[in-house]
Amino acid sequence: MEKVYTKIESIVGNVVTVRAKNVRNADLALVGDSYATVIKLDKDLVSLQVFAGGQGVSTTDPVRFLGRPMMVSFSENLLGRIFDGAGVPRDNGPALTENMIPIGGPSVNPAKRIIPRKMIRTGIPMIDMFNTLVESQKLPVFSVSGEPYNQLLSRIAMQAEVDVIVLGGMGLKYDDYLEFRDTLEKGGAISHTVMFIHTASDPVVECTLVPDLSLAVAEQFALEGKKVLVLLTDMTNFANAQKEMAITMEQVPSNRGYPGDLYSCLASRYEKAVDFEGAGSVTILGVTTMPGDDVTHPVPDNTGYITEGQYYLKNGRIEPFGSLSRLKQNVNDKTRDDHRALMDGMIRIYAAYKESLEKKSMGFLMTEWDEKLLKYGELFESKLMDLSVNIPLEEALDTGWEILAECFEPNETGLKTSLIKERWPNKDAL
Amino acid sequence: METTIGFVTGVNGNLAKVEFTGSVRKNEVAYVIVDDKRLKGEVIRVNGGVASIQIYEMSNGIKVGDRVEFTGELMSVELGPGLLTQVYDGLQNPLPDLAEKCGFFLERGVYLDPIPDRDWEFSPSVKQGDKVEAGDTIGTVPEGLFTHRIMVPFILKGSWEVASIKEKGSYNVRSTVAVIRNQAGDEKELSMVFSHPIKEAVSCYTERLRPTEPLVTKIRCIDAFLPVAKGGTFCVPGPFGAGKTVLQHLEAKNADVDVVIVAACGERAGEVVEILKEFPELEDPRTGRTLMERTIIICNTSSMPVAAREASCYTAVTLAEYYRQMGLDVLLLADSTSRWAQAMREMSGRLEEIPGEEAFPAYLESTIAAFYERAGKVRLKDGSIASITIGGTVSPAGGNFEEPVTQATLKVVGAFHGLSRERSDARKYPAIHPMDSWSKYSGVVDMKRVEEARSILIRSNEINQMMKVVGEEGTSAEDYIIYQKGELLDAVYLQQNSFDPVDAVCVPERQKEEFDVLYDALMSQYDITDKKEIRGFFNQLRQEFLDWHGTIFETPEFAEQKAKVASFYKARIAG
Repeated sequence: MEKVYTKIESIVGNVVTVRAKNVRNADLALVGDSYATVIKLDKDLVSLQVFAGGQGVSTTDPVRFLGRPMMVSFSENLLGRIFDGAGVPRDNGPALTENMIPIGGPSVNPAKRIIPRKMIRTGIPMIDMFNTLVESQKLPVFSVSGEPYNQLLSRIAMQAEVDVIVLGGMGLKYDDYLEFRDTLEKGGAISHTVMFIHTASDPVVECTLVPDLSLAVAEQFALEGKKVLVLLTDMTNFANAQKEMAITMEQVPSNRGYPGDLYSCLASRYEKAVDFEGAGSVTILGVTTMPGDDVTHPVPDNTGYITEGQYYLKNGRIEPFGSLSRLKQNVNDKTRDDHRALMDGMIRIYAAYKESLEKKSMGFLMTEWDEKLLKYGELFESKLMDLSVNIPLEEALDTGWEILAECFEPNETGLKTSLIKERWPNKDAL
Repeated sequence: METTIGFVTGVNGNLAKVEFTGSVRKNEVAYVIVDDKRLKGEVIRVNGGVASIQIYEMSNGIKVGDRVEFTGELMSVELGPGLLTQVYDGLQNPLPDLAEKCGFFLERGVYLDPIPDRDWEFSPSVKQGDKVEAGDTIGTVPEGLFTHRIMVPFILKGSWEVASIKEKGSYNVRSTVAVIRNQAGDEKELSMVFSHPIKEAVSCYTERLRPTEPLVTKIRCIDAFLPVAKGGTFCVPGPFGAGKTVLQHLEAKNADVDVVIVAACGERAGEVVEILKEFPELEDPRTGRTLMERTIIICNTSSMPVAAREASCYTAVTLAEYYRQMGLDVLLLADSTSRWAQAMREMSGRLEEIPGEEAFPAYLESTIAAFYERAGKVRLKDGSIASITIGGTVSPAGGNFEEPVTQATLKVVGAFHGLSRERSDARKYPAIHPMDSWSKYSGVVDMKRVEEARSILIRSNEINQMMKVVGEEGTSAEDYIIYQKGELLDAVYLQQNSFDPVDAVCVPERQKEEFDVLYDALMSQYDITDKKEIRGFFNQLRQEFLDWHGTIFETPEFAEQKAKVASFYKARIAG
């Protein structure tokens, strides 16, 4: 039995209030024909957050309480489909109603977590070789607007060895959404992809639901034993939507207008990344755009405290400095015996190259050693750092040795002698 | 006592408003009944006949009119034998047991007994007719490495007489072992378990003492330059990625204390998992048992309910006080106190309190101070000395130490270990900034000489800044030597390789011996003038020192390398 209420008492921003009895906190309702959730109860006064926004809502619109929280359908039928932030299809396919699961469920018991130990191969040397992505890791791509972060994500989506990809788009430009769709279709990855897309012109409330929808679905796939990769772009839009909603609800802002619970909001989403013992896993790769390339902005700052490292995308490349995968140690000792040493060694020399470059720009004299470094830096950037490079890890390691051999004498690399004996490409130089 | 009943009249986030009849205490525990689930909460305000309850769980599904049961008891933890090795959430729910019951996810409204249900070998230490009061020992049980004292509950008031006590023997942890009676004739049955409110500091001791004895962490940079004392407090602020948590894990592993309590408060779950999987495998060099046997983990990670995060720090410190009452030295590591402060901020916002700086509540400072003040070195009633040392990490927004939580913490701690992004980017670990940080305690090495060494470091840093402008060629050989001395001190003493099994753990005797040699090397004058030669000399000296770090203490190799270091630099001393 559904009771219909037709007297909306107030409409402020996206929040409407209505007098009703027996309503549960966080339940779903229909205001007119838009979904809404209960966000506050005060005696018989119920506050509802309307997904489609408050615009055009009339005080006489019917309000129906559905008696259940926000849910999403979960089944194999999701694969290949595209939905919006309210879970409504945006690909002209049929709406899915079977096997509804709640979103934003409880968190995983830490005692049931296991130490992550499986690498995810992406074919990008700056990831595979220098900051390995690990199954069940949560990693954001820090970047400024205009960088090719969405291209990077779609490339990873197509090349990563995973069973299911869930793409959550927040505040995406419509063109970017179409590009994602077309790229995945062309690459054949669409058949194992689910997309929840909120575009920049869609209602703000739906933006905040995208991560929850995406992660609820991802979690279910993982419980069924699937390796799931969740791509979230762009989490700064998500945070901004949270900010917008908090301000309209007259919450006291804490830092640059963001609500005080920004950290918890982000953490409860990112912490959904997990490796289930005896089942599948959820890996989260997000994008966090940094306004003004400022890493101390509240969104990247809070994100950095939550995630297990970050990829720093700058000038179309993943920077080796600033980028960090905190979990790489768990896996890069099992790939190839020279992986760790070569990774450290090459970065150390690249740091020296940067110093030489600075010296050069300041007009200091270049020594023979500086010239070697400059050559090395150039090769390193074109053969490994360039995003168009697409090679498996082993080939990337071999390329690394070749670059070293081209620029240096073996004893200049600071690598262990035993390793050099085994791997140095030109054995005559030894 | 009759239980008070109430009904929900409003919900906002995890704050419920409840109308009630009867009496309600502030900070008492109440349960909101939703369907068949009982959700735990705490009364944080009573206003106009309406109690505001902070619910420690997700609040969805609650509706107006839902029943609320008030317990009349303050938010408490259970204290008794069997706490060590346990992993609890912020409300002392044992997580492994919960996993067994509920599977992968943390079901709300499930509360399990925190004290393992088992028998202990009880030996009484009082007899019938003895006078006892709060905190007095009535008997002991052996818990792992320690003699666990069974005590009179800390909140009992007045003097009591032992009416009966069980003989030596094996009893269940919950069975009555003694009955005590006060002058009014009230009787109280005591088992091995009692509860204590988490926000009330335990004060059953004779006097507080000044923390003077160093707490050895086996990290050179801390023990010699920025020491921590047993019973003292320290904080570790730092931007993300600077290695706060790694540093705390090292301290948890190596600190020279009896019990370590790790409060993972609002941080990554993955980091707790590392402790969970690692500590049972690691051996405690002091006792030969696993590290887990001296550890309790309180874990309320970032995705767990925020309200319980606020409680978790208090839960941890109350457990610390319990073990201190047994005459033990306890180290409490809280990671991170910023998340704890943020939990307070969220609640304060919902209560519509007037916000202070960055929307933190106005009582932030006094709350932080009260928390750190629960550390201390004390003389217990039986004359034994015990201590709690509190170390908290702080995660300042943007790595900027000027924010309210860092500033409020700095006012009340005795040592400040500030981590720096530049040092961690340069892979200089531990990334504690040697010049910005400070400590008010005295360490394992003579502080006067440490100060002299530090002044070289400061001077070296100044010269380095200058060199960036005038280049190496514009620097005098004298200054260049000082610069190199500073770099040497940093590279061979302040930095420590935590992945190297030998270097990771540096005992105080070794720290002293190495510091003596280094001090002499730093204070000596060298007769080298060519910069290339100076650089070569110091590079080689650094290498010799690092090789020395790699040798095992008190072996012939150690002595041999020491001699090699000494003869190398002494050969170039001027005059």
